[in-house]
Amino acid sequence: MREDTPMADGNSFANASPPAGDGIVPGGASDSLRHESAAMHVQGSATYIDDLPEPRGTLHLVPGLSTRAHARILSMDLDAVRQADGVVGVYTAADIPGDNQISPVGKGDEPLLATTEVSFYGQPVFVVAATTRNAARRAVRLAKVEYEDLPAILNVAEARAAGSPMVWRPMEMKRGDVVAGLEHAPRRLSGRVTVGGQEHFYLEGQVALARPGEEGEVHVTSSTQHPTETQHMVAHVLDRPANLVTVEVRRMGGGFGGKETQANACACLAALVADRMGRAAKMRLDRDDDMTMTGKRHDFVIDYDVGFTDEGRIVAVDMVLAARCGWSADLSGPVIDRALFHADNAYFYPDVRLRSEPLRTNTQSNTAYRGFGGPQGVVAAERVIEEIAFATGLDPLAVRLRNAYGTHDRNVTPYNMVVEDSITAELLPELARRCHYEKRREACRAFNAGSPYLRRGIAITPVKFGISFTATHYNQAGALVHVYTDGSVQVNHGGTEMGQGLHTKMVQVAMRELGLGTDQVRITATTTGKVPNTSATAASSGADLNGMAVLDAVRRIKRRLVEFAAAHWNVGEDEVRFAPDGVHVGQKVIAFSHLTRQAYFARVSMSANGFYKTPKISWNGDTGQGRPFYYFAYGAACSEVVIDLLTGEMKIDRVDILHDAGQSLNPALDIGQIEGGFVQGAGWLTCEELVWDRAGRLRTHAPSTYKIPACSDRPRVFNVELLENAPNREHTIFRSKAVGEPPFVHGVSVLQAVSDALASLDGYRTCPRLDAPATPEMILRVAERMRHGSPPA
Amino acid sequence: MTGIRHGIRFYVGNECHTLADVAPTRTLLDWLREDRGLTGTKEGCNEGDCGACTVLVVRLEGERLVWRAVNACIQFVSMLDGAQVLTIEDVRAPDGSLHPVQQAMVDQHGSQCGFCTPGFVMSMVAGRKADGLAQDEHAIDDMLAGNLCRCTGYAPIVRAMRHAVQAGPDHFDAMAGEIADRLRALRDGATVELDGPAGRLTIPADADALARVMVAHPDARIVAGATDVGLWVTKGMRDLPHVVAIGQVPDLRRIECNKDGVYLGAAVTWQEARAVLADILPQPDAEVIRRIGSVQVRNSGTVCGNIANGSPIGDGPPVLIAAGAKLHLRRGDVRRVIALEDFFIDYGRQDRAPGEFVEGVSIPRPGADTVIRAWKVSKRFDQDISAILGAFSLTFAPDGAIASARVAFGGMAATPRRASRTEAALEGHRWDETTLAAARQAIMADFAPITDMRASDWYRRTVAANLLTRLHADCGPENARADISVRAACANAGGHAHG
Repeated sequence: MREDTPMADGNSFANASPPAGDGIVPGGASDSLRHESAAMHVQGSATYIDDLPEPRGTLHLVPGLSTRAHARILSMDLDAVRQADGVVGVYTAADIPGDNQISPVGKGDEPLLATTEVSFYGQPVFVVAATTRNAARRAVRLAKVEYEDLPAILNVAEARAAGSPMVWRPMEMKRGDVVAGLEHAPRRLSGRVTVGGQEHFYLEGQVALARPGEEGEVHVTSSTQHPTETQHMVAHVLDRPANLVTVEVRRMGGGFGGKETQANACACLAALVADRMGRAAKMRLDRDDDMTMTGKRHDFVIDYDVGFTDEGRIVAVDMVLAARCGWSADLSGPVIDRALFHADNAYFYPDVRLRSEPLRTNTQSNTAYRGFGGPQGVVAAERVIEEIAFATGLDPLAVRLRNAYGTHDRNVTPYNMVVEDSITAELLPELARRCHYEKRREACRAFNAGSPYLRRGIAITPVKFGISFTATHYNQAGALVHVYTDGSVQVNHGGTEMGQGLHTKMVQVAMRELGLGTDQVRITATTTGKVPNTSATAASSGADLNGMAVLDAVRRIKRRLVEFAAAHWNVGEDEVRFAPDGVHVGQKVIAFSHLTRQAYFARVSMSANGFYKTPKISWNGDTGQGRPFYYFAYGAACSEVVIDLLTGEMKIDRVDILHDAGQSLNPALDIGQIEGGFVQGAGWLTCEELVWDRAGRLRTHAPSTYKIPACSDRPRVFNVELLENAPNREHTIFRSKAVGEPPFVHGVSVLQAVSDALASLDGYRTCPRLDAPATPEMILRVAERMRHGSPPA
Repeated sequence: MTGIRHGIRFYVGNECHTLADVAPTRTLLDWLREDRGLTGTKEGCNEGDCGACTVLVVRLEGERLVWRAVNACIQFVSMLDGAQVLTIEDVRAPDGSLHPVQQAMVDQHGSQCGFCTPGFVMSMVAGRKADGLAQDEHAIDDMLAGNLCRCTGYAPIVRAMRHAVQAGPDHFDAMAGEIADRLRALRDGATVELDGPAGRLTIPADADALARVMVAHPDARIVAGATDVGLWVTKGMRDLPHVVAIGQVPDLRRIECNKDGVYLGAAVTWQEARAVLADILPQPDAEVIRRIGSVQVRNSGTVCGNIANGSPIGDGPPVLIAAGAKLHLRRGDVRRVIALEDFFIDYGRQDRAPGEFVEGVSIPRPGADTVIRAWKVSKRFDQDISAILGAFSLTFAPDGAIASARVAFGGMAATPRRASRTEAALEGHRWDETTLAAARQAIMADFAPITDMRASDWYRRTVAANLLTRLHADCGPENARADISVRAACANAGGHAHG
């Protein structure tokens, strides 16, 4: 046991949250410091991997993708590819020295390059290396691959019909007797909601640059959210120990979960060619290849059966959540599990059974995406609420409040975790009050009564989002902090920067502890060479985990400096204090750089590792029981929309969000996460539609056909507030709360608002059962059904 | 006519480049990043949709400097002869201080991952240079419609723009005279000819020269703004052995506007046409034109290019057909003028002989008794390709009956096409509920649209009929309604602001 680990005493963080008005360093934690790269971003001088100077003779790689959804490869004629201008080499699975496997969960179901069979349209079959990228792109088209088609299963319905295997063990969470609960419920209804998938559309596509080193070393700069996993994959593929492989990333141009496992293929292929050729090799995917090849958010078909009272109180819920997982497991297991974890959203289900069907299909292998299945579960929960509201004639908000988790009773989740921190019952009315929900709801109804073509809708929805990786071992982090003799500090940690501001927050932690300014603390690229065995920057956990690890490292150094200063200047250790105006040593105030120089001469180590593991959590995936989450993050959103009954066009008029970021580490960055998360969530449920044709080819594989929200799609009125005076009750870094994923769920309020607008078509008598994405066509279809009582031909 | 020059010349930043061996289809983006090492300009999609590669192209037009944001990914270097290019690397002031746009983006937390940021900054810098500096929300939406951001939800970027428009002059204002001087010095009126292993480029000095080139080389590919042809290269990897760049041919840049109507030369961009067309088309149609591509696309793409490429979903042709536009074709010295709708024969086939080219298009000014309306319906409001575009021109007789009707649709057939049965159902009738019902019936017989990733055949048919209903509501016998579209309704929603 290390003597100064903060984990040694759970209470050592009791004071981690500063007393108001004391100890806050300007720019330190809790201040709205700008993104550490902001000035570089706006000048175009922040470098992404494709911007790095290319080593002499760098080869450019383009993957050859399958053009069948499911087929046996009969023959592959790559001669024309090899002979094309600029081509230096063409590589297939046979060229892989190690394991032709990149399954991130060790399932062995994901070859890096196809061998005898292809399992989706877009699967990498071979890779071309050429002297220029355009030469490789041209050459790849010259391949002649003969296929024999096999039956292809493209979606949930086909997978169920064909009895397609599951890519992961189905999960069942249950409490009580759901069958009896449903039978004895005063009211009961059942239905189905389908929720579409989502392309990440990180602006920077997948990219990796591999450089060969000495004796089998390889250095890979990869746009990855999970450098350690990328390191392991490269090592397996090359049949090397991990100590020969270094993976580094300074920043990504967006990730959103799309670079958690999906970065591995590019990194491994680049490493393969670099290793074979002894030359640097870069693979930067063309946008169409990227979208055709990589996994996306899972689409779901969710069947629900719910029992409730005349007062709208839920007594029993039975749900089956089926997901299109794609051709391999990837992270589908934990993703679908998390859909179950959030199929209650913020509501107590007395008798409950939740079951998953992670179905294998011949499509891209669906993967992590902001919320990790949680948002899909929430959509189902909110549909259930909506159904009950229409069935009982109550306002959906009233039904939400009637079912919100309690603090002392009605506070146990379907996975038997006690919800200790629920604030939904206070948050919803507070937001409703702030945004004048009741008044505006009446105004919408009044407007609709006199409007032939346009209808308005409004909805308010909560989110309760569980924070921690459900794979318990992922909840650990490391950091490495160096203090140099001139008093400048270099911080490194296991998390990756993809725009969320993690590095900024980590700098703030060090600044606050040491009383330093931004110019004295520098963050460096994340690399497996500095902090090993890290977790993915995912599950909103980046700041929670790495912040504590950085704090641990800084405090170790600080402790040594305090000991030294006390001895050197002959004061008590409690008389040494780090503040913005310098280091207070007894009555003296000295510059931090003076202290570090003296400490150096006295041979004090000023470098330290930090480590953290999340306390309290445990989870048994086989029994579906435990405490998977350290805490929950909360929020509520109110959206008002207007729809056009002639075309189905929709516009978000106004959005109000009240969100719980705990004692925010950086309010500006957190509000940025909320605004951006909301728009991304709203895009998922409205304009973003993935379309495959019968051949299994994704037809929406570029921004020309796949439409993420544009500037004018943002709400015209967009009020975002952080919940005030809401420090995390758990001992997180400075009592903050994770903020990456929860706000994404606020987009659900838009779907509900569109549904509310559609409900006006029959006088709010029936639930419109609006599925997602609510594209103009979807809205028009539901409008026709609401008017004519049957679906249009 | 001052001879032939065998090299293109343009400025990037303060450096003048003369290129004699560049491939005519080398994109500006690849050239900047790969040949020049200017990596601030990003590739996000390589098809002109995301705006991460936005740069400024400054030209001296007459004696006026015009600043335009364009997508470098679908701009060929060969099209830049005589231009000043400014990239993100040029935006910081010479003394090292941030440009007001950059400072505002930093202050307002306008960047998260930062990858789209240089493109946004360029669009915002260009937006500040636009006539009638953008102040209101809709103007900012339009200015930024061609830039996608996946992180911020746009809110802080719009906040930054609101600050940036209020900032004073920037260092580009100070440089204007110098840029004008250097561009003036590049003017020589020459025809440009490049011929190398990577292909052949011709930049004709005038339309007559173009006519001669096309007769001599009927297989040469005319490129005006490359907003479509650019994708043949970046996505289709197509070889274009001989490119004829007409974007700067002076007599093809002619815009004439008089009492009879408007004439637009082949090299007139949508952005330039927008103002003059707004003069003769009413607002909803002007809105359709504003929604063609984005600022970057309209700054490059031409009205005639949109016609000449024959896309079934091009947004320009249906509007222009409804308005009664005529197409001006030329081969050698032989010119002919045809009704625009007659140009589109079938998918990928147009009425254009080898060596013949589109020289311009003319649009008549509608009379006081004519009502023109057009609506675009797409999955996303801005920067999307139409699922359906319906354009209508109704001319009313003194007795209130519809004397003549022109109804044209995009997205409903293999080409932009008139709806003849619908027109027949309208003509000679009063524009009442009975006529509306008949027209809705007729339009079902006019078109048999397909299902694709943008919309189903059901949706296209239903919306086509519903646009007739909207037309009836908008300009029927009853008063025109203000609340016929979601955007119009939203424009009035500001009063709901948070209290």
